[in-house]
Amino acid sequence: MATVTFDGATRIYPGTERPAVEHLDLHIEDGEFLVLVGPSGCGKSTSLRMLAGLEEVNEGRILIGDRDVTDVQPKDRDIAMVFQNYALYPHMTVADNMGFALKIAGMPKAQIRERVEEAAKILDLQEYLARKPKALSGGQRQRVAMGRAIVRQPRVFLMDEPLSNLDAKLRVSTRTQIASLQRRLGVTTVYVTHDQTEALTMGDRIAVLKDGLLQQVGSPLVLYDKPANAFVATFIGSPAMNIGTFPVKGDAVAIGEASVPLSREVLAAMTPEDEGKLTVGFRPENLEPATASTPGAIPVEIDIVEELGSDAYAYGSLKGSDPETSTLQGGSLIARVDPRAVPHKGETVYFTIRAGEQHNFSAATGERLPE
Amino acid sequence: MAQALTITAVTPDSALFDLPWQLPLAEWPDDVVLALPRGISRHVVRFVKLSGRVLAVKEIASYAAGREYGLLKDLANLDAPAVAPVAVVGGRTTPEGEPLDAALLTRHLQFSLPYRALFSYRLRPDMATRLLDALALLIVRLHLLGFYWGDVSLSNTLFRRDAKEFSAYLVDAETGALHDELTDGQRAYDIDLARTNVIGELMDLEAGSMLEDDLDPIAIGDFLIERYDQLWRALTEEETISTDARWRLQDRINRLNDLGFDVAEMSMTSSRDGTALHIRPQVVDAGHHSRRLFRLTGLDVQENQARRLLNDLDTYRMHSGQSDVDEDFVAHDWLTHVFEPAVRSVPRELRGKLELPQIYHEILEHRWFMSQRESRYVPLDEAVSSYIDNVLSHRRDESELILADTIQLPAIDDVPMS
Repeated sequence: MATVTFDGATRIYPGTERPAVEHLDLHIEDGEFLVLVGPSGCGKSTSLRMLAGLEEVNEGRILIGDRDVTDVQPKDRDIAMVFQNYALYPHMTVADNMGFALKIAGMPKAQIRERVEEAAKILDLQEYLARKPKALSGGQRQRVAMGRAIVRQPRVFLMDEPLSNLDAKLRVSTRTQIASLQRRLGVTTVYVTHDQTEALTMGDRIAVLKDGLLQQVGSPLVLYDKPANAFVATFIGSPAMNIGTFPVKGDAVAIGEASVPLSREVLAAMTPEDEGKLTVGFRPENLEPATASTPGAIPVEIDIVEELGSDAYAYGSLKGSDPETSTLQGGSLIARVDPRAVPHKGETVYFTIRAGEQHNFSAATGERLPE
Repeated sequence: MAQALTITAVTPDSALFDLPWQLPLAEWPDDVVLALPRGISRHVVRFVKLSGRVLAVKEIASYAAGREYGLLKDLANLDAPAVAPVAVVGGRTTPEGEPLDAALLTRHLQFSLPYRALFSYRLRPDMATRLLDALALLIVRLHLLGFYWGDVSLSNTLFRRDAKEFSAYLVDAETGALHDELTDGQRAYDIDLARTNVIGELMDLEAGSMLEDDLDPIAIGDFLIERYDQLWRALTEEETISTDARWRLQDRINRLNDLGFDVAEMSMTSSRDGTALHIRPQVVDAGHHSRRLFRLTGLDVQENQARRLLNDLDTYRMHSGQSDVDEDFVAHDWLTHVFEPAVRSVPRELRGKLELPQIYHEILEHRWFMSQRESRYVPLDEAVSSYIDNVLSHRRDESELILADTIQLPAIDDVPMS
């Protein structure tokens, strides 16, 4: 087992000017499950492939433990790309299916047996070791394939969108299986996905990338509660955070007809580059019902209500918003509402942002401002 | 909400809508599919006949289907040895409105053989060598194009008879990615995974007593890497020749031609003192012999078949006393008086057994054996009828030989670079 360190690692594809990954500094602890997440083209897969040795590192270094592996061949890095190959061999026993890579590596039979049994115990496959894959259920077969990576006892597991080809139901169950297996094995794991829900449910920590640059790294809770910038704020969470840029008037920000007071710290952190505007974010679940007379209440004209049984989300437009000075990302405002008392289309309802749940970002840089 | 069925196809064919898309592929009725799937596949794959063509249909998540379709299209544009994509079918739902996975349709490669079909009882050493030679060449060709396969294996490859050898074709591009150029790490990883997979597949044959006892799976896996490295070096290595031995430049080109490659671009730099020349092939194109034969005769055949036919053409030129006649004329002569009459005399009902150029190759082999056995000159037409009666009519039909018998798991696979 080992730590993984990206030390200013940069990848520039020949013929391109902007690096695919730029000065990535990231330290992954021994046994940690780290998820690299971001939209298409953000550099997450490239980062993983640099760690795997499949992409050149043009600047900086990559370390596994204390060992600099920047120029080490992929097969000598002691890593396992999991789920690259899921073929099971019909004539071989489950034990042989799990251990054949060790046989290729010339490991003595007794030692192979030992490792296979150990892995079978973790995977709950002990009683099936002598059987052929045909005799196993689908889930058991999937575990045999995982066993193949486990018996190699790599120092790091790498997984690149392993669930993308599965249907929704199987994706959820396999997600849970991988996460719990990783915790039982305690092997450092780097996992790439474009799906923020997958990231939030699986990772010990999540690294968000955009345009080749690391935006923020932290626990799911930190990313959710304290996004470092406007991009992370909108990328993490579903439905996405409401976010918009609004004019500051006096010591308050004008969100539509509402005047929402700002703290002294926020006002002090604003710069001339912000041109008197502030980017404000608030999650749909952090809006509370209010009335027209509630101070700071935001009026929303309802367009549509999405009822999901346990939850309901109202989509509407911000009333009194001046398009010259204000922009709301995505155009409509989303609020979680009581599924037993949903507003009607065309109705105007009022919300206030729950105390402490308003996120303020610089209009010029998108960076989070102090509380 | 029921979605509309969407079909994206290379060449539109409305017959595509007639297939039972509202059913999961595994439940398609026998009157639609050609062969029942055997064993358990990673994805369900079945074969259908549509507008006179045989198509492979693979059920796969919509994202992956679109991606693989695009990759196969790119590979086709690059003239890579790979199965040709036909269509992607999305928006499938059952009559009850349950969504179904997308389907990727590829054209079944005529006369292609899965590796398990290439030996009826046991895998012999010479067969293993020839299969792996073909696979090594395929990987090199794909790597030269910047294609990273990500899951090279015998089961992801189809083989076609090519004179005495085989040629190999990529049949599954699910884990692949096309780059401008591959890094050494990508090549090393791809070939290392190929070795592991091939050894695993051979160990499986061993476990099923389908491998000759003296065949060692690990040695064969190592042989694949060795062949790959040799070929890669021959095609890409820089060579230094002294300026007064410039014939060695032509020598290098000839060696590449012998390997079946044309040099489309060669970089040459002279050393500072002007006594040496560094030469390195920049762009090489496979298919040297098949292109040459095509130019001469219009016959479009595989590389080793082309070598064989070109040799036969040379022999004909010599024996018919036309050594000083223009090659184009002789080629036309040979085509109308030798090749075409021979293949035309193969009865129509036997033409599904092998590709016609392959039949011609076997006729030449047969004639050689006949003349050895009988110590006399055997005219071609005599060899043809003997071959048809004694060899071809006893062979199985290989034009659409389909086996689906590898056990694989539901895919959890790799996705392109973000």
